[in-house]
Amino acid sequence: MKLTQGCFSFLPDLTDDQIFKQVQYCLGNGWAVNIEFTDDPHPRNTYWEMWGLPMFDLQDAAGVMMELAECRRVYGNKYIRISGFDSSHGWESVRISFLVNRPPHEAEFELVRQEVGGRAIRYTTVRRPAAHAST
Amino acid sequence: MNAHAGTVRGKERYRSGVMEYKRMGYWEPDYTPKDTDVIALFRVTPQEGVDPIEASAAVAGESSTATWTVVWTDRLTAAEKYRAKCYRVDPVPGTPGSYFAYIAYDLDLFEPGSIANLSASIIGNVFGFKPLKALRLEDMRFPVAYVKTFQGPATGIVVERERLDKFGRPLLGATVKPKLGLSGRNYGRVVYEALKGGLDFTKDDENINSQPFMHWRDRFLYCMEAVNRAQAASGEVKGTYLNITAGTMEDMYERAEFAKELGSCIVMIDLVIGYTAIQSMAKWARRNDMILHLHRAGHSTYTRQKSHGVSFRVIAKWMRLAGVDHIHAGTVVGKLEGDPNTTRGYYDVCREDFNPTKLEHGLFFDQNWASLNKMMPVASGGIHAGQMHQLLDLLGEDVVLQFGGGTIGHPMGIAAGAIANRVALEAMILARNEGRDYVHEGPEILARAAETCTPLKAALEVWKDVTFNYQSTDTPDFVPTALETV
Repeated sequence: MKLTQGCFSFLPDLTDDQIFKQVQYCLGNGWAVNIEFTDDPHPRNTYWEMWGLPMFDLQDAAGVMMELAECRRVYGNKYIRISGFDSSHGWESVRISFLVNRPPHEAEFELVRQEVGGRAIRYTTVRRPAAHAST
Repeated sequence: MNAHAGTVRGKERYRSGVMEYKRMGYWEPDYTPKDTDVIALFRVTPQEGVDPIEASAAVAGESSTATWTVVWTDRLTAAEKYRAKCYRVDPVPGTPGSYFAYIAYDLDLFEPGSIANLSASIIGNVFGFKPLKALRLEDMRFPVAYVKTFQGPATGIVVERERLDKFGRPLLGATVKPKLGLSGRNYGRVVYEALKGGLDFTKDDENINSQPFMHWRDRFLYCMEAVNRAQAASGEVKGTYLNITAGTMEDMYERAEFAKELGSCIVMIDLVIGYTAIQSMAKWARRNDMILHLHRAGHSTYTRQKSHGVSFRVIAKWMRLAGVDHIHAGTVVGKLEGDPNTTRGYYDVCREDFNPTKLEHGLFFDQNWASLNKMMPVASGGIHAGQMHQLLDLLGEDVVLQFGGGTIGHPMGIAAGAIANRVALEAMILARNEGRDYVHEGPEILARAAETCTPLKAALEVWKDVTFNYQSTDTPDFVPTALETV
């Protein structure tokens, strides 16, 4: 399964040059850039691990690219995403978020259906165990 | 034209009989609206021979305290405070015989937090007034004190995005087609294919409620199976607007509760359920972590013609106060009415915290929204992937782009249609963020993306010549400089 979270998951994986330009776009807007990683990309997992603090006050995307290279070196087998955070009043949240690294074997999810009253079903999305995941 | 106030005061004012509205205190050109006043701007078209000032004063009178004759019981009240005051009348530029009338209402005339009360006052009576040929409510200004009596959008753009975990691009949706006749099982198939293909949302149409071919519980059950399947297949949060519109509030609550029980993140209502029902559902949505989508069913009966009715910008303002999260606000390029400037005004009403006066967008007043949540505008009706650069340019990033036919009518199938739309969108956002002139290079950017995406290639080919270039009926009337006061 190709995980399609983030802003650009339907395009071919971004090159470093493309990532650089998106980061520069974030910085140009005055957003703090954050690198996060996880091996649990469940759609409801809000809190990925932070690679350091969000990079406030940065001017040049090269700084982010250095951090990204370092994060990939350590966690290249996990999902890594970059996000731009806008602290201005009325937003105070993420403005853009996109994947910049995928593990060699992507996560797979399956549905667990619990039949409840009438014909209703309670759905739970669970990670398919790695042994059964297609490669 | 605004020079002269002829208000009669004291004992003479209350002599029994009929008196012109403009002499009764409903025409006060020297009045400066208070920061706490509600202001309404009407387009007044008096009958032949009726003085425009008298007609405008009559609108102020009939939308506040007046009746056709003098009544002594006025004297038991602080009547001057409760009288709406028309304080300015200008000829409508380029439209002889019509006038813009500015009318101020004291805040005490309105019940806090009730669109029903507000609209009963402002549009309750005057639209059928005989001395007027036609009347249109063009715009309103709400004081912060009044805005703060409303809940506002149950979720708002920011929290909606946080819940969906989708940032930095318009959301993608599609209305299930054909809108009538599908069984629940077949309907869910369309939802599954579209969401699995790459859309964020699918949507019931305005008239899908509970009909012989598909009762509502069946639809909800099959749709939620489809949503959850697509969510597991993509690892992304997905949703479908389950239309809970019904004949009674009790039925609507029942449907809303069932949608919640099944785990839906969003429900939908139609504008025709009425303002009070909308406010009730907005409160329910806030209590139940539900996004509330509003389909503006019926609005064109009174918003489209410039001479008579209520402008959609007023409806949009009322709906932001009432508390819906999504509102259909036009596409400009699609099949339904939508002048680019007027539409821009609606989008600003939905999304900004402060709207400065902008006559060219139809906004006659500064409006402070006092941190009320933002509404997500929805663009739906006759749009397709080949217009992606124009849509992004005209409508911006915080919008749901709904490609119904443009997804389901794709020659390679529904999922392929969804892929085409998503790829086109992501390619355009990428290019925009890279600083490219995406509006002019749009077709080239799409063609380039289509090189590695067969569904997009097919979509661009099928719909390449589809445009809807018709004259708009609802356009702003303004002169670029300040309006001349005669």
